[in-house]
Amino acid sequence: MAEATVPHDTSAAYEPSLFGTYSKKIGMWLFLLSDSLTFGALLYAYSYGRISLGSSWQTPFHSESIVNATIMTAFLLTSSLTMVFAVRASVHRDAKMQTLWLLATMTCGAGFVVLHGREWSNLIAQGLTLPMFPAVPGHAGNPEFLGVVKSVPQFPATFFTLTGMHMLHVTLGVVYLGVVALRRKFIPVLLVLWLAAWLITPSYSPFHYGAHVLLLAAIVSGVIVWLKPKVYDSSDVEVAGLYWHFVDLVWMFIFPLVYLMSARILPT
Amino acid sequence: MDAIQIAIAERVAEEHRHHGKAQFFWVWGALLVLTAIEVYLTYQNMPAIRMLTYLMGLSLIKAALIIGFFMHLRYEISPMKWLTMSSVVGCLILMTIFFFPDAFRILSLGAK
Repeated sequence: MAEATVPHDTSAAYEPSLFGTYSKKIGMWLFLLSDSLTFGALLYAYSYGRISLGSSWQTPFHSESIVNATIMTAFLLTSSLTMVFAVRASVHRDAKMQTLWLLATMTCGAGFVVLHGREWSNLIAQGLTLPMFPAVPGHAGNPEFLGVVKSVPQFPATFFTLTGMHMLHVTLGVVYLGVVALRRKFIPVLLVLWLAAWLITPSYSPFHYGAHVLLLAAIVSGVIVWLKPKVYDSSDVEVAGLYWHFVDLVWMFIFPLVYLMSARILPT
Repeated sequence: MDAIQIAIAERVAEEHRHHGKAQFFWVWGALLVLTAIEVYLTYQNMPAIRMLTYLMGLSLIKAALIIGFFMHLRYEISPMKWLTMSSVVGCLILMTIFFFPDAFRILSLGAK
């Protein structure tokens, strides 16, 4: 019997997208909506603590912390601009510029994480810490910060949870962009970064253990790029960009709520 | 990706090609200026509630700029805009309804 070729009209098989865009992008938007509720809950927990404790809430951030957080904000805003240019380069099929803009975005993101890590380390050394963090040897701590931990333990608890969750998102965002920009070549880079972060940070630092996030990310990224090797096109870059802009967006609420509202204003 | 997804992605990419660089520089500049205003307001020693209102107002403007221009939602079709934004705003309003009356009640009870 002769084989007949049955024509398939795929346009009839699928309904047009309700959202007028491709499914990967809709999937990322749905993830971001759910993630915004995670951050919403953490921001609400922080605000709830602040309102319910009234005047007992502390304002421990001196101008040095505010300047540091402002520079971090500038890093994130600039990274969003470079990410937009990476998407532009990808839709114009300029692979070289796409990679360069993605690397620029990753650099700004890494700068944000380094500044944030430095700030965390300073706060922990001065006594603004959590019980789960090891004590810093040789540092008696600042009596002001030790007082905050004793009288308002909700402050360090919500501060470290909220900013730690955001720092984790930025770190994973840098890894995500690295995979999109460099594909397999990024895995050894990630392993070197993990080893460097693990060896450079002292054993009492939370980042000594936190560095293992990079190892985990390297394993997961390795599995993905080896199981499904592909050249990432403009749709992949745009979806990665959505994630990156989201972490920038969340910081636009953390910065005023956590830092500016808790700034120590010197009496004039 | 199947053929339909590739076709949609290509159409979306074509829309992106028509956006000039200048508007993104303007948005970036506006975001930096708004951030500078926030930091300036912080040191004006105003009552906490008023400062919170100003800061959240500015943050909402910044969020709208990021979502609209950088995340490209301004150029998406209406169902995409309305369903995404109304669902997340609805959930955040529900959280507000549940959380904050209790926080204010504790405050009025004189929690130390």
